[in-house]
Amino acid sequence: MNNGKPKTIEIVQRSLVRRYRAERRFRRMGLGAIVLSLVFLGFLFASIVGNGYTALFQTQVQLDISFDPETFATGELANADYPRLIKEALYKAFPQVTARGERRALTGLVSSGAAFQLRQMVLADRSLIGTRRSIWLPADDDVDMLVKGHLSRQAGRLSEAQLAWIGQLQSQGKLAKHFNWTLFTAGDSREPELAGILGAVVGSFYTLLVTLALSFPLGVATAVYLEEFAPRSRWTDLIEVNINNLAAVPSIVFGLLGLAVFLGAFGMPRSAPVVGGMVLTLMTLPTIIIASRAALQAVPPSIRDAALGVGASKMQMILHHVLPLALPGMLTGTIIGMARALGETAPLLMIGMVAFIVDIPGGFTDPATVLPVQIYLWADSPERAFVERTAAATLALLAFLIVMNGLAVVLRRRFERRW
Amino acid sequence: METATEQRTLFTKEEIGVTTPEDSKPQHRPEKTLPADRAQDKPAPTVGKPFVDNPRMACRHVNVFYGDKHAIRDVSLDIGRNQVIAMIGPSGCGKSTFIRCLNRMNDTIEGCRVTGEILLDGQNIYARQVDVVPLRAQVGMVFQKPNPFPKSIYDNVAYGPKIHGLARNRAELDEIVETSLQRAGLWDEVKDRLSHAGTSLSGGQQQRLCIARTIAVGPEVILMDEPCSALDPIATGKIEELIDELRRQYSIAIVTHSMQQAARVSQRTAYFHLGDLIEVGRTEQIFTTPRHKLTQDYITGRFG
Ligand SMILES: Nc1ncnc2c1ncn2[C@@H]1O[C@H](COP(=O)(O)OP(=O)(O)OP(=O)(O)O)[C@@H](O)[C@H]1O
Ligand SMILES: [Mg+2]
Repeated sequence: MNNGKPKTIEIVQRSLVRRYRAERRFRRMGLGAIVLSLVFLGFLFASIVGNGYTALFQTQVQLDISFDPETFATGELANADYPRLIKEALYKAFPQVTARGERRALTGLVSSGAAFQLRQMVLADRSLIGTRRSIWLPADDDVDMLVKGHLSRQAGRLSEAQLAWIGQLQSQGKLAKHFNWTLFTAGDSREPELAGILGAVVGSFYTLLVTLALSFPLGVATAVYLEEFAPRSRWTDLIEVNINNLAAVPSIVFGLLGLAVFLGAFGMPRSAPVVGGMVLTLMTLPTIIIASRAALQAVPPSIRDAALGVGASKMQMILHHVLPLALPGMLTGTIIGMARALGETAPLLMIGMVAFIVDIPGGFTDPATVLPVQIYLWADSPERAFVERTAAATLALLAFLIVMNGLAVVLRRRFERRW
Repeated sequence: METATEQRTLFTKEEIGVTTPEDSKPQHRPEKTLPADRAQDKPAPTVGKPFVDNPRMACRHVNVFYGDKHAIRDVSLDIGRNQVIAMIGPSGCGKSTFIRCLNRMNDTIEGCRVTGEILLDGQNIYARQVDVVPLRAQVGMVFQKPNPFPKSIYDNVAYGPKIHGLARNRAELDEIVETSLQRAGLWDEVKDRLSHAGTSLSGGQQQRLCIARTIAVGPEVILMDEPCSALDPIATGKIEELIDELRRQYSIAIVTHSMQQAARVSQRTAYFHLGDLIEVGRTEQIFTTPRHKLTQDYITGRFG
């Protein structure tokens, strides 16, 4: 070492302070980013849960219904005059109300779906006829909103008389909030108190099942072929570029394609999960292919050499060694694609899955809607009671997503191998 | 960096076999100048006896290209029956490339092209109708870097026999696994944990596992690319014993950087230099009286 020149260690020491400062700054920035995103996430959750949890309860009115045999005397059981049973019970509970207009206001306190509920009960159990039962029936959504405090008494949606009756029912203990099973067991409805998410959940389930069943095998097979078998040529380059481009195509374009091809050319049913699933497959495929190819490329070549070296055929090498190692990565890609598909609305609007559908779909070709479309429909509804249901449906969507991701994590754990 | 002109003269001297005093200075030639500078060069002729009577494998005028790079230049060499041939030479001279040609492992490398003939028992393995699967079952290979499957020790060894259907039942498979591990000198260390992951073993153990995996298939020719580079002297000794024993039934080609090892295990030795096969001969002869200047420099430690 020349004297006069500083020693290496001195130069290193000098720069050390600066290096560590840079490192600390970088770490603080990373931490800041995480905190910021956590805050946003917390804010999002708080607002959704805060808006949505009240939808888990529904105000109900207890009425003494007498299943008058006369009502069922004529005609079929299913077509009997069930609304009358409720009216009678209400008139009996409020004998002071006699004027016609007032009586109509009185019956307005109970949901129009209550009669439907009575009908179901009678159809399920004929022995009810002739008896007298005390039954909890859903209140009208305005009553529900009032009880939950979302509607002010001065808003004018409920008259003075109605407010008085509500007060009377409450003091008698005949107006109370109960767990809202309807939300989880019913399909869509015009009446918020009768609307549920089950139809949309089942629709989402069928749609995603079709998407998964089509896109996973297709995507993996494509990736394996392109990565392991296809000769490098202008054609494979072209295919690769196109796959990458497809991943960036706006999803509504796939909806248009589905409309033109699946509905137009093939004449498949509108609003059906099978078509929705096929459209979402188009959208998900590029994601799965790209992720699967990356996973295949990540398998060390030494493993391929090892398999070929003992005389495995190419197919055996792929099936026994490469695919098992690439599977976790492929599953990750699939789950990302499926999560996107679950939240997708635009392409489904194009193929008619935005229709108002009350029935719960029973198969892949029944008309159905999906959770995000349901959220969109409810968010668009003017009734105040749909606000909390929109939030509740969003929660259900998140729960669906968490279950799906959880499943993927479990699967990945099972297939992951340590090195 | 030496200039191209200097290299050209150097090579001319080698080719005519002239030795001048200044040639015995340590020579360091950067290998990356090889393709451009030597594209016009003729491959160096091989000194010694590259051919044997009744060979197991016979290579004739083998050239290997990685894209434009000419990695093996017109090599002709026989692999004799029931003997070990050692391949030595400085790093990057093409030993691995050549040995991988012998069971067509180079097929998997994109852009790799092999010309010439390689005959296994008289049959050209690069012929169009040859299926690589039975070829590789016949010509097994141990790679330079240990590469066990990320599976259990047992499955690692049992994989080859399983896919080829060598065992009729589980007992036979167990038997194959045990003898293979024993011959590779690994049995005592792993017999209680056959279900553990092969990748959980130490580097040297992994290499022996790979050897066991290769011999479990019962190949007739075994190619070993530096099988002992990660092993301690005791394990190396075991492998060398194994090689000596395997030689009775099989033909073996081994790449090694250890001159002592080449001297101990092999009957013939081939010296490679920058893609050329410089000299082949009986091992004692190569190590005691090398005929080519480059061979002499290498084995006396002046080069590589
Ligand atoms: N896949 C490849 N693509 C391009 N060039 C390669 C490839 N593999 C090897 N080469 C080149 O071919 C030459 C020979 O390489 P090879 O691996 O056969 O050397 P080697 O003799 O086995 O060396 P070592 O003793 O270090 O293992 C080297 O110059 C290397 O750069
Ligand atoms: Mg090598």
